[in-house]
Amino acid sequence: MAHIELKNITKKFGGHTALIGLNLDIADGEFFVLLGETGAGKTTALRLIAGLEKPTEGQVFIDGVDVADWGAAERDVALVLQQYSLYPRYTVRQNLEFPLKPKIRRLPDAEIKDRVARAARTLRIEHLLDRKTDRLSGGEMQRVSIGRAIVRKPRVFLMDEPLSALDAKLREALRTELKNLQMQLGATFLFVTHDQIEAMSMGDKVGVLNHGRIVQTGTPHEIYNNPRDTYVASFVGSPPMNLIDGRLVNDRAVMAPVNFELPLTIGAKSFGGGRASGATDGRPLVFGIRPEDVYLESGAPVEARVHDVENHGVEKILTLRIGDTMLRATVPARTDVAIEQPVRFAWNPDKVVMFDKGSGVSLRHAG
Amino acid sequence: MASVALTNLDPASRAAARGWSDLTIRNLFIIPTLIFLIVFNIFPLIYSLGYSFTNFAANRAEPWQFVGLQNYRELLSDDHIWSNFVITAKYVIVSVAGQMIVGFGLALLLNRSFPMKGLITTLLLLPMMMSAAVVGLFWQLLYSPSWGPINYVFGLGDFAWLSNPDSALYAVAITDIWMWSPFVMLLSLAGLSAVPQHLYEAAAIDRAGWWYTFTRITLPLVSPILLIALIFRTMEAFKTFDIAYTMTTQPTAELIAIRLYKQAFQQWDTGKSCALAYIVLIMVLAITNLYVKYLNKVKER
Repeated sequence: MAHIELKNITKKFGGHTALIGLNLDIADGEFFVLLGETGAGKTTALRLIAGLEKPTEGQVFIDGVDVADWGAAERDVALVLQQYSLYPRYTVRQNLEFPLKPKIRRLPDAEIKDRVARAARTLRIEHLLDRKTDRLSGGEMQRVSIGRAIVRKPRVFLMDEPLSALDAKLREALRTELKNLQMQLGATFLFVTHDQIEAMSMGDKVGVLNHGRIVQTGTPHEIYNNPRDTYVASFVGSPPMNLIDGRLVNDRAVMAPVNFELPLTIGAKSFGGGRASGATDGRPLVFGIRPEDVYLESGAPVEARVHDVENHGVEKILTLRIGDTMLRATVPARTDVAIEQPVRFAWNPDKVVMFDKGSGVSLRHAG
Repeated sequence: MASVALTNLDPASRAAARGWSDLTIRNLFIIPTLIFLIVFNIFPLIYSLGYSFTNFAANRAEPWQFVGLQNYRELLSDDHIWSNFVITAKYVIVSVAGQMIVGFGLALLLNRSFPMKGLITTLLLLPMMMSAAVVGLFWQLLYSPSWGPINYVFGLGDFAWLSNPDSALYAVAITDIWMWSPFVMLLSLAGLSAVPQHLYEAAAIDRAGWWYTFTRITLPLVSPILLIALIFRTMEAFKTFDIAYTMTTQPTAELIAIRLYKQAFQQWDTGKSCALAYIVLIMVLAITNLYVKYLNKVKER
């Protein structure tokens, strides 16, 4: 088990810069999720830790030791990839045994058997052990590839979108399994994904990566409720946070160009001293509100029309139209609405996040 | 009118105006090749099978007689022929093994990126593109005992590679290795570059050493294409004539193909040489069949 630290990492591939000044600190035994869009540099960060790439600048520390000169083997990490990377032509058992059999660190046969059996039991692939890997389904292959990682008892588990190639049901099941596995092993996990649901549900900590830079690091709760900027706000959450341009007038949010206003709870605890960080009257802002904090009420201050209804079973996601502005609201499934029906809505003033219009940075983080 | 149903021709085309269909055009392309193959390959093949049961001699006008299996009987009990087969077997083993080792070794070296890789690969392929007779003549000069560069470089004095009965066959085999290793290299390169990079990365992460990765990942994945190279080279080596014929006259280097040539065009024993040709054909077929069987087994794994 290990503590991992990336210090000021920059990685360039020719003219393309994949990572810029990346700092990461992953505590021992932590499930850290690196979240970002395709091409944000997630995989590069992972490969740098694994030792498959060398950083252009900066240092990688594993347990406080600079591992610049260490190859992948010496770093003692395990890597699980989206494309499984199972060794073809071998059975599941042979694949699981593979990392235990190189001559240099060959384990006694009994130990190998024991470890393979234990990994197979943990991942529930015991019945597949003597099957060839090309006869497995996607979920089974991914389990085997995770199994190949755990038999070795590595210091760190690195996972590069391991669930992305699986269908939805299986992805959900393996998500829970992986999280349980991590807790059971007490291991350090670095999990890379573009799926914010995976990040939210599995991570102890989440790092949001955008164009090679870490935008925000924090617990899923922090990331979700207190996004550092509009990028995080719109990337995390499904549907994403509503972002509406407006101004602050007399402690009320006045939206422009469409004219409607809503109350704010200035100085509330969740605001983190909004006033102090420059929430002054008239300043152009972006107001962020999660769809679940928008609610319909007959006496509510603003009128809108229902533009679209998406029924998700447990809830409905409404798209409300106010002039040209669209707003998402999550309402209970029993709410009876029809498209183009006029409704009145309000928001939870405690939950509003204000972002600077120019920089996109949240006023709570700016100070 | 099945042919009409099959037609996909543009009705405005000239072919359609002539009343042709797709099939007519297909036949126009295929029939000349078929005729060529039949006249120059299949017909002689069958005709020579007929000859192999006669005492026909191409240079004599005398009438020939049907002799049954006599040619085959004589050949198979001829010690001289058997010694030719032994020589050929030695030659095939040495030269094919050499080509596989050198070719695959070169491919391993080339299977990474380095400056001028394309140029170097192309240069390495050159021997394969030369005429075998020219290669034979060149190497005869290289092997020359008095002033040949090979003896000079290795300090072998006046060692007579090609007229020494012990070394002549191996000298020819070395030349064949030089000429045909690039072929094995080319196929191996194709096989090696088809091994997905992420498997090597997974192996590196799994802390596998070079040898372990090579034997457990590279070799099993490249082996089908290596076997194909082996099949091709064995067949070719078995039939080797030109290089050996131009390089040496040593009886210890008399391959079966040279024996065949002598029988057919020096002794003009046409019937018997046809029989010998058929014996060689059956042997090559048998060996290739074994390989192909094994190849299919490897592929299934």
